[in-house]
Amino acid sequence: MTAMIRPRPLLTGLGLLLLLVFWLSLALGPVSLPLGDTLLAGLRLFGLPVDGGDIQQAELIVGQIRLPRTLLGITVGSVLALSGVAMQGLFRNPLADPGLVGVSGGAALGAALAIVGGSLFGGLPPAIEPYLLSVCAFAGGLVVTAMVYRFGRRNGQTDVATMLLAGVAMTAMAGAGVGLFTYLADDATLRTLTFWNLGSLNGASYPRLWPLLIVAVGVALWLPRRAAALNALLLGESEARHLGFNVERIKRELVLCTALGVGAAVAAAGLIGFIGLVVPHLMRLLVGPDHRVLLPASLLAGASLLLLADLVARLLLAPAELPIGIVTALIGAPFFLYLLVRGRS
Amino acid sequence: MLRANNLAVQRGRRSVLAGIDIQLRAGQVLGVLGPNGAGKSTLLAALCDELPASAGTVSLDEQPLADWPGQERARRLAVLPQSSSLNFAFSVNEVVGMGRLPHASGRVRDGQIVAEALSAADALHLAGRSYLALSGGERQRVHLARVLAQLWPGAEGQTLLLDEPTSMLDPLHQHTVLQTVRDFAGRGVAVLVILHDLNLAARYCDHLLLLQDGRPRAYGTPDEVLTAQTLEAVYGLQVLIERHPERGHPLIIAR
Repeated sequence: MTAMIRPRPLLTGLGLLLLLVFWLSLALGPVSLPLGDTLLAGLRLFGLPVDGGDIQQAELIVGQIRLPRTLLGITVGSVLALSGVAMQGLFRNPLADPGLVGVSGGAALGAALAIVGGSLFGGLPPAIEPYLLSVCAFAGGLVVTAMVYRFGRRNGQTDVATMLLAGVAMTAMAGAGVGLFTYLADDATLRTLTFWNLGSLNGASYPRLWPLLIVAVGVALWLPRRAAALNALLLGESEARHLGFNVERIKRELVLCTALGVGAAVAAAGLIGFIGLVVPHLMRLLVGPDHRVLLPASLLAGASLLLLADLVARLLLAPAELPIGIVTALIGAPFFLYLLVRGRS
Repeated sequence: MLRANNLAVQRGRRSVLAGIDIQLRAGQVLGVLGPNGAGKSTLLAALCDELPASAGTVSLDEQPLADWPGQERARRLAVLPQSSSLNFAFSVNEVVGMGRLPHASGRVRDGQIVAEALSAADALHLAGRSYLALSGGERQRVHLARVLAQLWPGAEGQTLLLDEPTSMLDPLHQHTVLQTVRDFAGRGVAVLVILHDLNLAARYCDHLLLLQDGRPRAYGTPDEVLTAQTLEAVYGLQVLIERHPERGHPLIIAR
């Protein structure tokens, strides 16, 4: 099947969708704000001298709570989707997930170490606990991915098939580690750990947003520069070499981008599944596999989808909140099955 | 010009290729023949630096092949592997367009070249189709068009390596594709092509290299290489050598 939608209308449509979802994400929640007030408050926050009636409350809610949360959602969603594109290109498999190189498993292990380890030593000072958690998760993702990459190296070359299997094995080992920490945890810690594993944008704040934002902007600027190489890589590694690309360097960059991007996303928002798998796949169905379009389309769609999932998570049981990982898995897993069945017929 | 000096390749402790001394000359087609496992694809891989040589050297324009920057090399040397693992729904145009990635000739010019290369491979009618919807033979022609586009329009100083470009083609296309390769060589490109069909090799190649167990068994013109004695020794097949009634090249008939 060739592309069904031209790139330009699709990217424009996705951009408008993201703007709309962005607006809704600022307006909706336990306290729903009128859309007009939200817009005015948003403009005021960006320093525009807008006058309105009673928008002080709106400005407070939007500025302090919803804007950081929404920005976090956009960043996490886009970086997960971009990493998915990178991994599906690296493994030349449209059903590859960014977690394949072990980064999610490693980050989960790092987080478990911080949560349970911290409580075993009598609890950490509340001021540094969230940061320590993020740092440990990020580091765990990087370390495990580096090990998976090492296992794939032989004679100066990286064998992606070996890497994939090593990723499965290392993820299983990290899972065993998380299991061990779960076993050691007391009830309160267990609850923290469980919720972290389900992912959430709750508790978003600017200090938690900035590190991720920097990594995400780096990934979003870097990967499109490699779009032609990713296209060539789909032909095969030797074909890409014959077309003049330094394939070893590109593989290294793709793994690094994924490790940094997913590591930072997981560190900021916990484990959020299926965005990295489903979004690139869906975009490929719409515009075809050309990475020059696929990368920006996935970035926009990943951000929108995660914001939508977060809206569902926030609104479904309001004022209580559903972990967002449950929502993305509930949407993503059936969709994945649909793709499998559809591909077979 | 691509040149191999005393090239050898080892897999583990087994020597799979040794004593290869060949030169690919501008405007000429060198056919590589040999039974299964004789080392034909190994030779091709060693000639384009995919497999490390255990001895000997490969040089492109008197410079070791490994010293060439990737993009510079890709403008001079194109390689068509035996089969492709491409599993994504690119359009045929996009696949052939990848041959233009090493160049900066612009979208308009690239579009023309893609059409010309597709036409040369008799695949222009497939242009808008999805690659995944094509048959094996059609895919093979699309990839041929891709490597032709990489060197298009073809000039002296360029080299094309082809691994069994006709293996999945019907009889008509076996001839049209090899005639296209012949014409491409006519513009000055040096071509190496691995073939199984002895009669196709006799008709379209200027020189032949016959491999047996990784060693060159015979190297010369089709008349010199394709003798009943040599073929029986290499393939274990008894053959009669006749002349093509119209073209005069050797015609090999199994007894």
